[in-house]
Amino acid sequence: MLRFIGRRLLEAIPVMFIIITGTFFMQRFVPGGPFTSEKAVAPEVQRNLDAYYHLSDPLWKQYRDYLWDLTPKTFHPLALRDGLDLKAAFGIDFRPSFKYNRSVNEIIAYKLPASLELGGWSLFVALGVGLPLGILAAVRHNSWLDYFCSSVAMTGICVPTFVLGPLLVLAFAIHLHWFNASGWNSPIDRVLPCLTLGSVYAAYIARLTRGGFLEVLNQDYIRTARAKGATETRVIFRHALRGGLLPVVSFLGPAVAGILTGSFVIETIFQIPGLGREFVTSAFNRDYTLVLGTVILYAGMIVSLNLVVDVVQVWLNPKLRFE
Amino acid sequence: MLSPSPERLPRALPPDSTEPGHSPWSDAWHRLRRNRLAVAGGLVVAGMILLCLVGPLFAQSYQDQQLDLGATPPGAAHWLGTDTLGRDLFSRILYGGRISIAVGLIATFVALVIGVSYGAIAGFVGGKLDTVMMRIVDILYALPFTIFVILLMVFFGQNIFLLFFAIGAVEWLTMARIVRGQVLSVKRMEFIEAAHALGLSRARIIFRHVIPNVLGPVIVYTTLTIPAVMLLEAFLSFLGLGVQAPMSSWGVLIKYGADDMEEFWWLLVFPGVVFSLTLFSLNFLGDGLRDALDVRSSKD
Repeated sequence: MLRFIGRRLLEAIPVMFIIITGTFFMQRFVPGGPFTSEKAVAPEVQRNLDAYYHLSDPLWKQYRDYLWDLTPKTFHPLALRDGLDLKAAFGIDFRPSFKYNRSVNEIIAYKLPASLELGGWSLFVALGVGLPLGILAAVRHNSWLDYFCSSVAMTGICVPTFVLGPLLVLAFAIHLHWFNASGWNSPIDRVLPCLTLGSVYAAYIARLTRGGFLEVLNQDYIRTARAKGATETRVIFRHALRGGLLPVVSFLGPAVAGILTGSFVIETIFQIPGLGREFVTSAFNRDYTLVLGTVILYAGMIVSLNLVVDVVQVWLNPKLRFE
Repeated sequence: MLSPSPERLPRALPPDSTEPGHSPWSDAWHRLRRNRLAVAGGLVVAGMILLCLVGPLFAQSYQDQQLDLGATPPGAAHWLGTDTLGRDLFSRILYGGRISIAVGLIATFVALVIGVSYGAIAGFVGGKLDTVMMRIVDILYALPFTIFVILLMVFFGQNIFLLFFAIGAVEWLTMARIVRGQVLSVKRMEFIEAAHALGLSRARIIFRHVIPNVLGPVIVYTTLTIPAVMLLEAFLSFLGLGVQAPMSSWGVLIKYGADDMEEFWWLLVFPGVVFSLTLFSLNFLGDGLRDALDVRSSKD
């Protein structure tokens, strides 16, 4: 198991390297830059700016220095308690932003919590709604309950978040006045965005759970458990759950990636001050360091969560351990 | 009652006639037709395509602005109402559908071409090349592609051809895996060995025996890729990165509808319903095809 984790960690390094290198050079080879604007800047100001941001160095040197600044140099995870300061905790420096008068580290520390909260609750909705629906549908296979759960799931898959979100706002905020149409202040403001973002994944999870359970419930060991007189509840939760959840666990990697990127749209719809919106704006602004910082952060989260999912999968499915 | 009546006896077949054969494809077609949801899905998709192709010939122009008219609710003159610039929503949905469906088909085709050739080469050649090629796919899988598509669209301007290519470049990975797995398993089957033993040419084996047996999962996955692609296009359009004015797609219409929904609900509801209905139908059709062609969920 340890060897497996070690191997996956080693594999994550080239992935991150490709992401960083790709983003770094792609930004530099496209037309336009952070200081491209109608207003001409005095040459000496431009020179000072270029010097400050190391833009006058040769590109390979900028790239090398940037990689060096990114490399973790210290390890004080406890420093994270006083705020998300990646520089204090790990010595990762994302450099100053080109557009804002702050460092990218500060922007991340300020904006990331809202995004994480949105993503976390959405994942909770996805699992909390999807699993029970899927299990119900499988246990009552081919009953009206099964059809109901399956059609709810299909609807969830086919109504995209950017349709569902505005529709929910229209119904529950504008007409019924139960919630605010946008904002991120009181806990009640979390309801609509998290429901919207979680719904699609709840639908997929329900379908996968149903499929997984149907397959497991037909296995011999379930029949044995029933024959030995185990109650239906015990059969489902003690015997079928572990195997039935396998497809769901392998879906969690893509689901988390989808929730993270899906938050770009949700943060726009509901005006949430999160990092996803910042990422899209920073790309338009050609804010080199902020684009890189957010891409690296999101990619890092996706890659490390995929790793966790892989490990859980092997732990759940003994068959995989021998491969 | 010593001898049964002649009608009861199974009628002896004339020696030269045989049951008409059922090809696997005609069996699949038969199974598909019995699946009502899939048939309904197929009909809706066909109807939607036809409407988007032919409809604009009869409908009002999607660009005609009647600024003094402004946004009017659905009525006799404008079935689905008009937008804030007084443009007929029904025609805008039909025109938007052309773009959305075109993106869905073309980007899926790009993914299909890349994925099938990549997967087929890896599967046929096998050995070291296969290992290397599939490692590359594994690594690419771990990349957050949506982020890269967003960056591409921002940096290189919102060019519609780039959109086809960028989306296609994201979606080919799964196709490559499916085709490779399928080719590997078909390659080892007895009927291929038999074909070799009969001395058939390599090309004939590939085109006549391997490809038809790889086709099923490819067709199913292609059908399911189209809605995924349309969704990605709409996602980008919603962020302002997809199709640019004066062209519009369903994603663009939904975006503007969401901006104005407080006063003009129809601008959001109708495009949203049409888009969701299309995705619905495509998914049902894909699921039906999966059952009909008896494709097991291909996880490598």
